[in-house]
Amino acid sequence: MSLMALTAPLVVQVVRTGVANIASVLAGLRRLGAEPALTEDPQTVATATAVVLPGVGAFGAGMERLRASELVTVLRERVAAGRPTLAVCLGLQLLCERSEESPGVEGLGVLPAIVRRFPATVRVPQLGWNEVLPQAEGGLLERGFAYFANSYRLDSAPEGWGWARSEHGGPFVAALERGAVLACQFHPELSGPWGAALLGRWLARAGDAR
Amino acid sequence: MLTVRIIPCLDVRDGRVVKGVRFQGLRDAGDPATQAAAYEQQGADEIVVLDVSATPEGRATQADTVRRVRAQLSIPLTVGGGVRNAENAGTLLEAGADKVGVNTAAVEQPAVLTQIATRFGAQCTVLAIDAAYRDPHDPAAGWEVVVLSGKRRTGRDAVAWAREAVERGAGEILLTSWDRDGTRAGYDDALIAAIAGAVNVPVIASGGADTPAHLLSALRAGADAVLAASIFHYGDTTPAQLKRELAAQGIRVRQ
Repeated sequence: MSLMALTAPLVVQVVRTGVANIASVLAGLRRLGAEPALTEDPQTVATATAVVLPGVGAFGAGMERLRASELVTVLRERVAAGRPTLAVCLGLQLLCERSEESPGVEGLGVLPAIVRRFPATVRVPQLGWNEVLPQAEGGLLERGFAYFANSYRLDSAPEGWGWARSEHGGPFVAALERGAVLACQFHPELSGPWGAALLGRWLARAGDAR
Repeated sequence: MLTVRIIPCLDVRDGRVVKGVRFQGLRDAGDPATQAAAYEQQGADEIVVLDVSATPEGRATQADTVRRVRAQLSIPLTVGGGVRNAENAGTLLEAGADKVGVNTAAVEQPAVLTQIATRFGAQCTVLAIDAAYRDPHDPAAGWEVVVLSGKRRTGRDAVAWAREAVERGAGEILLTSWDRDGTRAGYDDALIAAIAGAVNVPVIASGGADTPAHLLSALRAGADAVLAASIFHYGDTTPAQLKRELAAQGIRVRQ
């Protein structure tokens, strides 16, 4: 991150999707020299250099919040246009069409995928460190251990996205990437030095887009 | 596949780290943020901060402690001690906790689990159970839940309580054997097996850790994670060292 220090700190707009875990995301970004700000403003989300869509909790409540803040269209457009965006945990799931967690609730629909619950053969929620295996080289994602806290997941990757796999009751999507858009089912901000390095690579890519 | 978690616990009173046998004879030894960062460096997979303050004044420092620990820590942070309701939980999550543990308040008013899980998600909602043998001479009599730091035995069956709590929204169980806590005689593996077999959420074993063999048998009994305080606090071992020994026994760890 030494290159970043030569320029003004990168302002990262973190979408306020609720209380939980926001502090960890903000602290993780600050440790890397970025300048996080919290926002619910559609104009800010539309024009920001870098946006983080965090979120833990329920799919339905998350979408309700995005709808109430009129963020649905701007987030869809950002991701579709490939502008630097990081979705974390529930954030990844909100990008999908719908989720078994909240039947009848429409997601952002940027990813042609449906979020499903882990099978009952494993402990749910998945809480802990799981190995992340990128399915191709040369992207932002590298092999390592990441911290997960989720009951729902994608069981296959949508076409047109690079992805990393993990196993919990069968393979599932640990993360997706396309250009400067990174969507992680795990929490990079809680994944030690490996997660910090991933966040750093995403920030560097977002900084390049400035 | 998930790896097992090694979790150092920091007992904190009035913003300072302490550790004592069954919370008696507490010794002051250090700053929570410094300690937590040191444990992360030593390979910890998660940190538990348990506030054992006896007074509201002591507990008022809790959110500030969490903020200071969070700023340093890039691994998950679970905070417990004195959480009464969803508002308390929200304050700790906002300060930087990733999960919040509820103990006595959940026993007194089980709906608090549902309130926290509904607002913040089951993955934030940890039920802490302190369990003790009903009759130490007759293990078959099972375990009962004790509350208020062991001051009150509730008569409530620990296994039934774990099941009920998960139905009400708890996403993880932090299970402490009150008979073993502070003794270094090993975890209560029978208790771990009984609870881990009764629920589908992860179970953190606590109380009695001393040797790698203790951790190994707790994990084989069904624990998803093992918590310890004294063995780390007094520098007897490190999470990384324990992981090397567990890995040699075929247990999957993050190294």
